[in-house]
Amino acid sequence: MTSRGKALAWQTVAVLVTATIVIYFANNVVTNLAVRGIQFGFGFLWAKAGFDIPFHLAEWDVNFSYGRALWVAAINTLFASAICIVLASMLGLTLALMRLSGNLLAMGTSRALIEVIRNTPQLLQIVFFYFAVLQALPPMRQSVTIGTSVFLNVRGLYLPAASGTLWDWITGLSWAAVLIAALLWRRIGMQLPRLLVLPPVLILGLVVAGFTAQWDAPALKGFNFQGGVRVPPEILALALGVSIYTSAFIAENIRAAIIGIHKGQTEAAFSLGLTPGRTMALVILPQALRILIPPLTSQYLNIIKSTTLGAAIAYPEILQIFARTVLNQSGRAIEVMTLVLGVFLAINLVASAAMNAWNRKLALQGR
Amino acid sequence: MTSLPARVLRAGRIALAAGAAVFLSGAIAKAQVAPPPGPTVEAMKKRGALNCGIDTGVPGFAFQDNKGVWHGIDIDYCRAIAAAVLGDPDKVKYTGTTAAARFTVLQAGEIDVLIRDSTLTFTRSTVLGLDEVAVNFYAGQGFLVRKSVGVTKAAELQGATICVITGATLELNIADFARSTGAKIGTLLFDKPEEAIAAMEAGRCDGYTDDSGSLAGMRSTLKNPDDWFVMPELISKEPLGLHARSGDPRWQKILFWIDNALKSAEEFGVTKANADQLKASSKDPFILRLLGAEGDTGKALGLDETWALRAIKVAGNYGEMYETHFGPKALNLPRGLNNLYTHGGLHYPLPIR
Repeated sequence: MTSRGKALAWQTVAVLVTATIVIYFANNVVTNLAVRGIQFGFGFLWAKAGFDIPFHLAEWDVNFSYGRALWVAAINTLFASAICIVLASMLGLTLALMRLSGNLLAMGTSRALIEVIRNTPQLLQIVFFYFAVLQALPPMRQSVTIGTSVFLNVRGLYLPAASGTLWDWITGLSWAAVLIAALLWRRIGMQLPRLLVLPPVLILGLVVAGFTAQWDAPALKGFNFQGGVRVPPEILALALGVSIYTSAFIAENIRAAIIGIHKGQTEAAFSLGLTPGRTMALVILPQALRILIPPLTSQYLNIIKSTTLGAAIAYPEILQIFARTVLNQSGRAIEVMTLVLGVFLAINLVASAAMNAWNRKLALQGR
Repeated sequence: MTSLPARVLRAGRIALAAGAAVFLSGAIAKAQVAPPPGPTVEAMKKRGALNCGIDTGVPGFAFQDNKGVWHGIDIDYCRAIAAAVLGDPDKVKYTGTTAAARFTVLQAGEIDVLIRDSTLTFTRSTVLGLDEVAVNFYAGQGFLVRKSVGVTKAAELQGATICVITGATLELNIADFARSTGAKIGTLLFDKPEEAIAAMEAGRCDGYTDDSGSLAGMRSTLKNPDDWFVMPELISKEPLGLHARSGDPRWQKILFWIDNALKSAEEFGVTKANADQLKASSKDPFILRLLGAEGDTGKALGLDETWALRAIKVAGNYGEMYETHFGPKALNLPRGLNNLYTHGGLHYPLPIR
C-alpha cells in the first residue's frame, strides 16, 4: 500500500470511529429522554415569553416569543462585547506603552497594575466594580444633574431621547457618510488627516439633526425617572470588569509584539530623524500588529465569552435571559443549552474569521 | 407410532406454545410495577444513603451553620425520609442545587428526591418528566421593600424596580401580575441572592421578591432589618414541595406517606417527645397504626412497621418542624396556610388506614 493510501485508510478509520461515537451519544440522549418521558424539539421558540428584559437595544415586549428573546439577548451580548473590545484594546495599548516607556514611574505602575489585574479572578473583579459603581453613584433622589434633562444616579445615566423622521434620516446619513469616507479616505486621494476632518463633520450632522428632533426628557415620576434613554450601571460595571481584566493580557501581548520587532528598525527610524512618538506610530506598531493579531484574536474571543459573567450582576445577556430564565420557564434544558452554545460558536467564528482576514491582509506578501 | 413429519410438527407446536407462554409471562411481569419498596429504595439501601437535593442556602429551608451542619425544614424532611427508609437519619448525602440545575440533577438520577423549596407546577410535571409528591410549605411570591418608600400594596409598586433571582418562576409571576393589574414593575435579574440583596441595599432597586418563606429569612440577613418590611400581600401561589423522578411509583408512595405521617402526627398530638410512650400506652387505634403498634402499614410500603415512628422522632411532627425553623424564636413567620386544616390552614393529611 502506498503511503498515501495508508494515510487515507487511517483517516477513514478515524472518521468512522468519530461518527460511531457521535451517533452512540446522540442515540443515548434520545433513548434516555424517551425513557424519562421528556420531549425534545424547538417548537417552544414560538411560545410567548411573558417576562420583561430590563435593558434591551432591540425592541422587546413581554408578549414577544422566546425566539425574539434570544435575538434581543444576543444583541445585548454583542453590544457589551463591542464596548469591551474597544476599551480593552485602548487600555491594553496604554499599559503596554507605559511598560516600555523607560520612565520608572510609568513602568512600575503598569507592571503593578498588570500583575494585580491578571492574578485575581475575573468574576470577583466584575462584582467588585458593580458594587464600587453602585456605591459611587448618588441615590436616586439626589441625582447629579447636568443641565435640565441629564441625570446620573444609582439607577443609571438618564439622557433625553430624540425621535422624529427627519432626525432618523439626518443622523443615519451623517454616520454612513463619515464611515464610508473614513474607509475610502486614501483611495479618494484626501491628504488631510482623517481624524481632523471627519469628527467635526459628524458632530455638525448630529447637531443639525438635533434641531429637527422632538426631545423626550427624563423626569422623576414615582419610583423612577420616566422617559428618555437610560444607560444602566450594569453595563458600565461589566465593561469595566471585562475590559480591565482583558487589557492586562492584551498589554502583555502588545509588549511581546513590540519587543519582537528588531532593534535595528528603531535605530533606522531615529537615524532618519523621526521622533520616538512617530517611530512607534509609523514604524514599530504597524510591524508589531502582524505578530500581535493571532494572540489578540484569542483575547477578543475571550471577551465575547466573558460577557456571560454579566449574568452575575443583572446584565441581561444570552446566558442570563436564555440559559436561566427561558430554560427554567420552558424546561427545555438540552435545546436551550444547544442554542446558547450555537449562538456563541457562531459569534466567535465570525469574529475569528474577521480577525484572520485582517491577519492575511497584513501578512508579508511573499517577499 | 406416528410418522416422523407428524412428530416434528407436534414438537414444533409444543415449542411454539412454550415460547409464547414464556414471552407472555415475561410481558406480564414487565407490565407490573416492581414489588415494594421499588428500585430507588433498593439502590439507596445498596448505597447506604439517601441522595437528597436541597437549596444552596435559604434560612428556614436549608442553610449551613458555621460548623457546616445543615438546618431547615427541607433538611428535616430529608432526615425523616432517611430514618424511615434506611433506619438512620444521618444516612443522607446532601446535594446543594441551584435554581437552574435542580431538575436536571434529579432527571439525571444524581439525587433520589428534590426537596428544595421548589414550586410544583404544570410544566415541571408534564415537560420535565417529574412527579409532584407532596407539598411541605405553602408559600406565595411576596415583596421585601424599604419602609421609607411608603408602599403597602403590590399594586402601588407601579414604576418600581425589583431585584429578582433568575431560574425560578418569579419573573413570570411579576410579569403576569403586571399584565393583570396594569402596573408596570421593572425587574433586575441576578444569578444569586447575595448580589441581588447587596444591589438592593445599595439602592439599585426598590425591593426584592421571592417566596414568602424565603423573604422572612432574607430580611434577617440584611444590615438593618428594621428598615425593611415584607408586604403581607402575595402575588402568586407557590406550593413548595417534594419532587421525584417519574418511573418509580413505589418510591413516590413512600415519600407521599412519610409526608402524611408527619402531618398526621401533628393532628393526633404525637410529638418527638411522646411518640415512644404513645406507641406503648395509647388507646387510639389510629395512633397505634401510625406508630406501627398495630396493622402492617410498613409491609405495604416495603418498609418495616415502625417507619413512621422513626420519621417522627427525627425532628418531631410537621408542626414541630415549622416551629423550629419559622416559629417566633426563628424567622417569626405566622403559620397561616401552613397550619393544619383544623386551624384554618391547608395541610390535610390523608387517613392512614
